[in-house]
Parts: sequence; structure tokens; C-alpha cells
Amino acid sequence: MEKFDYAQSQKFDTYASRLLPREEYFTSGHRSCQGCGEALAVRWVCKAIGKDAIIAHATGCMEIVSSGWPQTAWMHPWIHVAFENTSAVASGIESALKVLARKGKLEGPMPKVVAMGGDGGTTDIGLQSLSGALERGHNFTYFCWDNEAYMNTGIQRSSSTPYGAMTTTSPPGKLSIGQSTQKKNMAAIAVAHGIPYVATASPSYLFDLFFKVRKALETPGPAYVHVLSVCPTGWRSATDLSVRMGRLAVETGVFPLFEVVNGRYHLTVEVPKLRPVNDYLKPQGRFRHLRDKERAFIQRHTLAQYELLLQKCGAPYPEFPAITEEEETE
Amino acid sequence: MMAAKAKPTAHRVGMEVSIAVSHAVQLARAEAIAAYPITPQTHIVEHLSTMVANGDLDAEFVNVESEHSAMSACIGMSATGARTYTATSSQGLALMNEILFIASALRLPIAMTVANRALSGPLSIWNDHGDIMAARDIGWIQVFVENGQEAFDHSVMAFKIAENHKVLLPTIINMDGFILTHVVEAMEFLDQETIDKFLPAYHPRFRLDPHQPVTMGAFAMPEIYTEMKMAHQMALTESYGHILKVWKEWGDLTGRRYQPVERYKTEGAKILLLTMGCLSEVAEVAVDEMREAGEEVGLLKLRLWRPFPFADLRAAVAGAELLIVIDRALSLGGAAPPVLAEVRSAFYAQPQRPQTASFVIGLGGRDVAPPAFKEIVAQARAEAQTGPTQEFHIYGVRG
Repeated sequence: MEKFDYAQSQKFDTYASRLLPREEYFTSGHRSCQGCGEALAVRWVCKAIGKDAIIAHATGCMEIVSSGWPQTAWMHPWIHVAFENTSAVASGIESALKVLARKGKLEGPMPKVVAMGGDGGTTDIGLQSLSGALERGHNFTYFCWDNEAYMNTGIQRSSSTPYGAMTTTSPPGKLSIGQSTQKKNMAAIAVAHGIPYVATASPSYLFDLFFKVRKALETPGPAYVHVLSVCPTGWRSATDLSVRMGRLAVETGVFPLFEVVNGRYHLTVEVPKLRPVNDYLKPQGRFRHLRDKERAFIQRHTLAQYELLLQKCGAPYPEFPAITEEEETE
Repeated sequence: MMAAKAKPTAHRVGMEVSIAVSHAVQLARAEAIAAYPITPQTHIVEHLSTMVANGDLDAEFVNVESEHSAMSACIGMSATGARTYTATSSQGLALMNEILFIASALRLPIAMTVANRALSGPLSIWNDHGDIMAARDIGWIQVFVENGQEAFDHSVMAFKIAENHKVLLPTIINMDGFILTHVVEAMEFLDQETIDKFLPAYHPRFRLDPHQPVTMGAFAMPEIYTEMKMAHQMALTESYGHILKVWKEWGDLTGRRYQPVERYKTEGAKILLLTMGCLSEVAEVAVDEMREAGEEVGLLKLRLWRPFPFADLRAAVAGAELLIVIDRALSLGGAAPPVLAEVRSAFYAQPQRPQTASFVIGLGGRDVAPPAFKEIVAQARAEAQTGPTQEFHIYGVRG
């Protein structure tokens, strides 16, 4: 693992299951769906964050399942204000901590400031406040729980929904193949702000996730972590396959795991041989309507994107799956 | 508490009112400020950021990317336990709107100056009260001031009122854009020591703290939402007593006493004008002239807009036959402009109630001079005999 001057995280290079914390900060009893990859991600991210932190959360699935008054699943000091402003709330928290620390009004270690939101709250409605907070350089970490649509309101498309996916507002029909646009590259947008740390992560790769969370928190200045969160309800996939789906996303090159430290890309999970993208599409009902033609298009697009990433990382090429020629089916 | 001896008239300093407000915020030792520039609020935040840049105010000044984020950041700041301030105007207040309701529901004692300005469209940077009237029901304490001295005084008092653990509600000080914000006036200031005694450091009731974790902003099912709104309503209504207590304490300290409804030459008045903000000083001139001419006209100035001072208003109006309500905003397509609607509600169930007349005036910065009030009184007096010709009049409108 590459060592970085500022990060003290080198001590985490040798994670093992028995070294992971037993404390729960996102407790059981919340109301997420069966097989929710997002709740799994939140649970492990909160473990990696540790006790001394303040969390601001956007409206969305994780807020709704965890904070119905008078109950809460959060052991951290936690605040929910609205949908699109979590980064601004976190900016306020971070600034207040700075002035209170300066005035000697804080006891104990300086709490880490964490903001969390879904893909809608991050890539769509919350993009402005996130951009503002990243640009201003607040010392905080933003986690995007990306389940690739507005699942909380009933599976409507977001700008993070992948090409071809069926959602309730991007339905396939006589004139539509489902989502007609490509998934917004939020990690690249975060990188473009020139912030010191950006990463993609998945709860299916637990140690990789854990390491990135610690590193993001210890990075002075803004950090952005984009977590793929498998959603059996919205993806129409089997609830017992959530961890498997997360792995397939990486193994097919659909969601590569990498980090960007001070602008330098680095692939953290290398795949020796990419699987055909259809291995990832097939178990998901949201792609069921796609014909071979569209599947081939997704395959080519995925490899093209992966190639661009490898170039950014300066990483060697793995073996690519064979690309079938596009067939005219009509 | 012993009534402190009123200080002898202190040294008066000429200053732009916006700068005076920023000094009030400095003297109040605000710790966290998030603001986005909008005309005519800009001078306030410019001076505050200069104070922070020079180390004259130990605070964090966050240059957010919108007013929506300004109010959101203020919520984060206040929830973390810092004394929080911001200022905005017009479109900025409208953009904040969603978050204003949440700030008050979370019971966070944020102080905010609103430099009142017309809402677009058409775009206008000039003064009226359309912005705050559209944010009437946000659950904040809302006060109007009419001159620089009041702006300074209420900017300090806002923190003390808001931070009272029995109140814990955000507070807006409304001051007319340009007409007040950009005017140089002679004002009395208090020294830091006096202000520190009046306004001790902020001790939050709850805050975001890993030593004592709390969940803020939980959602409410139908079983509890109504009760939560009831609690908010009660908190705002009951803040009335605490507001008056703080105003009295300030009065004892400075000799400047404030009432929810101020009276000007109301003794024996058969006709009363009711105004808010800077218009009050213009109306005073008109009332003086009408009184000299032997007309029984007086003036009421509505200072406290939320919680609405029903009892004070009824007491102040007692004996008058005609109440002329001056609005600086419209409620398009509605029964009445916002202030008139409120005032009429205050009297509808009363066995003895005055006739009301309604005039909308000074929209989008249209200048209002004393003769306007004389014409309004004459027209209202005539209509009181014949009956009103329409629900309300827009004074001086062409076409």
C-alpha cells in the first residue's frame, strides 16, 4: 500500500477481522430493507469513524430508516436538517468547532466532522452545497451512499443512475431503453476541486473501505468518499446477493475502487481479469429489459471508462473480456 | 432585580447604520457568521468580515455559496454551540425559506438582520416589506426597527432574547433596505464591558457533542407532528414575556424603552395610523402637522411582528374610531395586505372595534413623503362615511 506523508493510517495496513472494532455506532433496530447494502456501508463507516465525531446527514433512505422520533440508530452526535444542504451544515459545524476550540470551550479531542448523503442528495440537489464546502476547504469528510436512484421516494432516476437502468421515472418503453444518460462521475467532480483526498469504496471490500475512511478522516481539509450501496429493492436483485453484487460491480469494472490523493489516482483493488459486464447486469431486474445491443454498448462504455481510469492511475492493463460486435436486432 | 440607573446621555457617534449593526454584532461577541452578499445587506457583512480579518472579532466568517447554505451553515454553527449571526435580504431570504422553518423548529437561537427589500419580479433592489411578509410563518421572533439607534439596540438584544433557555428561538431584526441600512445617523453605543454584563457568553441547552451524543432533526410520524408544532407555537407565544423583560432591562441600562406597539400622539385620537419600520418616522411628521391643524390623528408603530402582540394592539387602539393600516407589501389575490389581515383578526371578535382602512404604500422603493399620509387620512376619513370602495388601496399607483 502506498504511504502518504500526512496520513498516519499506515498502522492500518494490516487489517484483520479480529482487529476491527466491536463497538456499534449505527445500531440495529433501524428500518432499512432486507439486504440493504447502504445500511451495511453506514455501519462499517461509522465503526471506522470512531467515537469522536459529529455527523450531518441529508434527507434520504438512511435518515428515514434511522431517525423516526423518538428513536435513533445513531450513537454519534447527529443532525439532519434538509436534503440539499448537508455539506453547508457540516461547514457550519466545522467552523463552530474551530472558534470554540480557539476560545477554550471544547473538552477532549477535536471531533471529526462528517457529512453523509445519498446519490440524489450529493450528485443532484446537494451538488452546489458540496461544491461550496469542498472549495472552502473545510476539514470534513463527505460520504455519498450511492444506490443509483431516489430509492426512498420510490426508485426515481437520479444523475447517478447508470445507463439503461429501469426506474419509475426512466421506464423502458416503446421509445425508451430506460435511463438514457450515463452515470455522473461524482468522484472526478470532487477531484476537480483540488481536494486532498477522494476515494471510491464498497462495503463488499471491507478492509479497503475501512482503510479509506480512516485515511479520509485523518486528511486535513476536505475528503470525499463515494460508496456504492447495493439496493435490492431498487435494483430488483436478490436480498442475499448484496455483498456479491458489490463485488461483481468491481470485478466487471463497472465500479472500480480507487483513491485520489492530492490529485494522484491510485487503483486500490486491482482486478487481474475483468469479468463480462453482463455478469453484473444479469442478476438485476432493473436491466432485464436490455437487449444484447444495449448490453454490448454498456460493455464497451465500461471498458472505455476503465481504460481512462487506468491511464490516470498509470496502472497495467488487466485482461479484458471479448467485446461482441454490435448487432442490429431490428 | 434592581433597576439600574439610566446612564446619562452618552457620546453620540455619526455612522452608517449598517456599520452600527456590525458593531452591535461585534459587541455581542458573535462567534460564527455565515453569509452571502446581497444588496442592500452587503455593508453589514463586509464590515463583519473586515473585523474578523483584523482580529477585532474572534469569530469564524464563512463565505458560503448561497443564502440557502448560509442558513444551513448557521444551523450547523448554532447546533455546535456557537453564538451565530447572519444577514440577508429579499431573494436571499426567499432562497433560505425552506431552512428558516427548520432553524426555528430545531430551536436554534440564531440572530439575523433582514435588510428589507422588494421581491422580484420585476427585479428591484429597493425597499419594501415583501420579503419578510412572505416569510411570515417561519416560527421566528420578528422585530421591526425604524432608525439607526433602534437597529443597534435590537441587534444586541436579539441574542439575549433568542438564547434564553425558555425561548430558544431564532430572531430576525427587520430594517428597511437603503432607507435605513445606507443612512448615516447619530447613535449612542455601549462599551464592551456593559454589553458583556448585559449579554453573557452563550450556554447552549443542547449541542452536538461526542461526550453527550444527541440526535437532532429526527422526523415525525403523524402521531407526533402536531404536538411538535404545538410546542413550537407555545414557545413562540410565550417568548413574548421574555422579550419584554429583555427590552426593560435594556431600557433601565440605556434609558431607551421599547414597546411591542409604540404610540405617538395617540391621546384622544379618533383616527390612528399604523405603520412599521422607517415609514413610522415619516408618518410622525405628518401626524405632527395634522395635530397642529387640529385633527385628532395619532400614530401606532408595530414593532413586534412575531409573536403578534394582540393585547397591546387592542389596548393601544381602544377609543379610536378609524384605524388606517399601512402595508409595505401585497398579498396578491388575497383579502388584505399582510399587516391589515393580522390587525383585522385581532379585532374581529371584539364587541367594540374600530373601522379599518387599508393602504399599500412604498413598494419597490417608491418614495413616501409626509403629505402622502395626510392624503391617506383624508381619503380614509371620507370612505369611513360612505363605506370603502375597495378592499385596499395601493397609494399613488398609476393606471
